[in-house]
Amino acid sequence: MKPRIGFFDFTGCEGCQLSVLNLESQFLELLELVEVVEFREIMDDRADALDIAFVEGSISRATDVKRLQDIRRRSRTLVALGACADTAGVNALSHFRNLSSLKVEIYDNSTLLNDIEQPQPLSAFVLVDARIPGCPIDGKEFLATLQSLIIGREPELPSFSVCVECKLAELPCTFDKEIVCLGPVTRAGCRAQCIEGGDRCRGCRGLVDNPRSAPYHRILEIHGLTEEDILREFRTFNMRGGGK
Amino acid sequence: MMKITIEHLTRLEGHGHLVIDASNGKLIECRLDIVEVPRFFEGLLQGRHFSDVAPIVARICGVCSNSHSLVSLAATEQALGVDITDQTKGLRTLLAFGEILQSHLLHLYFMAAPDYLGVSSLLPLAKKRRELVMRALRLKRLGNEICEVIGGRAVHPVTLCVGGFSSLPETTALQNLRRRLVDALPDLEATVELFAGFTIPSFSRDTEFLSLTAENAYPLDGDTLVSSDGIRVPVAEYQTVVEEYLVPHSTAKFARASRDTLMVGPLARIKNGLRFLSPMGRSVAAAVELDPATLNPFKIVLARLVEVVHCVEEGIHLIDALLQQGLRRETPQVMPRAGHGAAAIEAPRGTLIHAYEYDRNGCVIHADCLIPTAQNLANIEADLRELIPTLLDLPREDLSRQLQMLVRSYDPCISCSTHLLNIDFV
Repeated sequence: MKPRIGFFDFTGCEGCQLSVLNLESQFLELLELVEVVEFREIMDDRADALDIAFVEGSISRATDVKRLQDIRRRSRTLVALGACADTAGVNALSHFRNLSSLKVEIYDNSTLLNDIEQPQPLSAFVLVDARIPGCPIDGKEFLATLQSLIIGREPELPSFSVCVECKLAELPCTFDKEIVCLGPVTRAGCRAQCIEGGDRCRGCRGLVDNPRSAPYHRILEIHGLTEEDILREFRTFNMRGGGK
Repeated sequence: MMKITIEHLTRLEGHGHLVIDASNGKLIECRLDIVEVPRFFEGLLQGRHFSDVAPIVARICGVCSNSHSLVSLAATEQALGVDITDQTKGLRTLLAFGEILQSHLLHLYFMAAPDYLGVSSLLPLAKKRRELVMRALRLKRLGNEICEVIGGRAVHPVTLCVGGFSSLPETTALQNLRRRLVDALPDLEATVELFAGFTIPSFSRDTEFLSLTAENAYPLDGDTLVSSDGIRVPVAEYQTVVEEYLVPHSTAKFARASRDTLMVGPLARIKNGLRFLSPMGRSVAAAVELDPATLNPFKIVLARLVEVVHCVEEGIHLIDALLQQGLRRETPQVMPRAGHGAAAIEAPRGTLIHAYEYDRNGCVIHADCLIPTAQNLANIEADLRELIPTLLDLPREDLSRQLQMLVRSYDPCISCSTHLLNIDFV
C-alpha cells in the first residue's frame, strides 16, 4: 500500500504548502508513490490515519493545540513544514511586543482574542519527527525529506552554513557591500537564493548547528558593524531559538 | 429545523467555518466564522527599517506574496520620494501578471473545477483525466515561471528592492518566457472550453463593485479608486471611502463603502474596466457572457478565467516592449527621510492597499493595510443570506455544496485577511 500523507496548516501564510503544489509535474509523479489523503487547501477529504503529516504554521491558542494533538494521534510521522512550524518564524516577531497591548490596539478590549497567546513552534506541544526549515520551504528539500521517510531513513539537513553554498555559486560576499548577512551562521539548503537575487541572507532557515560565533564577530568588526546591527537582523526569522 | 456547521471550509486559503441555522423555511442565522489567528503584522512593522518592510509583509500571504511586496515597495517609495524607472515599472507589472496567473489558475483548476466536475479534489483525476490535470499543472507552472524569472522564486520574491530591482532577469530568460506564453495559447483555449461548458448556478445580488482605475488600461494598478456607486477618489484618501469594522464572529475586520456591502476582485475589475481587456480577453468575456451588468457572484470564477487570458496576451506584449528597450542595470539611490506613502495594487483577489509613515531614519512609525478578502467578507455573508432561502428545499448535502461553492467563488484568502488589521499608534 502506498504511504498515506497529508498536509495541515495552522497560523501562517500557506506559502509552504503552495511550494509543494508548485512542484507541479513532480507533484504529479509523487502521486504515483504516495496517496495524498488530506490537504484542505485543495481537497475536501479527511483521513483517520496517516503515515506522514506535514504541518505548516505556528500554534497560538488552545483549540489549535487540540487540533495539532489530534493530527499527531492520527499520524505515524509528523513533519514541521517551514519556518513557522519549525521556529514560529516571522509570526514570533510578536514576542518582541506586548501581546495584550497589541490586542487592545486592534480589538478595543474585545473578548475575541482572549484565547490567543504568543505563537510557538509545533515542538512546544507535540513530538516532531522531522523538520523542513525555510520561509518558504525549498521544494527539493521537501522531496528529499519525503524520500528519506518513505525508505525509512532519518532525513538529514545540511550541517554547514549558507556561506558554503554562496561560495560554491561564486556570488560576491554581501559583507563587501557593508551589509549584514546571516549567511555565516544560517543553515544551508537554499542554494543562497536570496543572495543570488541581490538581497542578503535574512536567516529564514534558522541557525546552523554549532554556529562559529567568534569568527562571525570578527567579520562584523572588520566591516564596522555592531552587535546591535546583527541582533536587528536576527529579529526577523529567529525570535525563538534560531531553529535549534 | 436545520442547522449546518461546516468547520474548516475546504479548497480555499485559510480557516473559516460556515454556520447556518434555518427553520420552517426561514433563515435564522448565517455566519462565516473567520477563525484564523491574527498575526498583528502592522504592529510588527513598527520600528522596522524600510529595507525590511517588503520582505516582512510578503509573509502575510504565500499565494499573493508578490502583490504584498509590490504594493509595499510602492508605498515606501512614495514615502521616501523615490522615483522608479519605466523598466522597473514594466518588470513589476510582468511579475504582477505572473502572480495573477498562478493564483487564478490554482483557484480555477484545483479549487473551483472539482465542484463542477463532481469530485472532491483534482487529485483522483490524475489517472482518469490525466490530460486535464497535466494541463492544469502546465498552466500553473507558467505563472510560477514568470514569478521565478522576475522575482527570483515563486513564493516570497528575493530580487525586489526599494527603488527597483537588486537583480535583473537574463534576456534569454525573458525570450524563453515569451515563447512559453505563446505556446500556452492552446492550453488556454482548452481551459476556456472546459469552463464555458460548466453550468454556473444562477443567482444575482446587486452590490457595490470597487476597483482601481487606470488611464486607458485594464485596472490592475492605478492611483484612483472607483466604484459602481460613484466613488472616485485618489488612493491616498481610501480611508474616507472604505470603512473597516469589527463583527463578533470574525478575527478579520469587515469593510463597507457606500452601502452595507462591497465587492472587490476580478468581477469588479471587469465591470469597471471591460473595455480595456486585451482583445482575446474581451472575446472570452463575451463567450462566457460576462459584461458590466453581471451581478452573479458565482461568475467570479469566469471573470478569473478572462483575466488569465488577458494577462497572457498582455504579458507577451509587455515582454516584447522590455526586450525592445533592452534591460539596463540600474542602481537605485534611496535616502531615508520622514514621510507618508499610500499605494494600491489589484492583487488576484482585489484592491490591496498599504500605507506607511516613516520617521527620518527611514523606520516605520505607523503601518496600515487594507486586504481584498476583508472587503469581500460582508458581501459573501449577504450573498449567503439571500441565496439560502431559495435553496431550503434542496437536500442538505446539495444545499451545503452550493453554499460552499459560493464562498469559494470569491477565492477568499483568509490567511491574508486576518493578518493585517488596523492599528493606530498614537
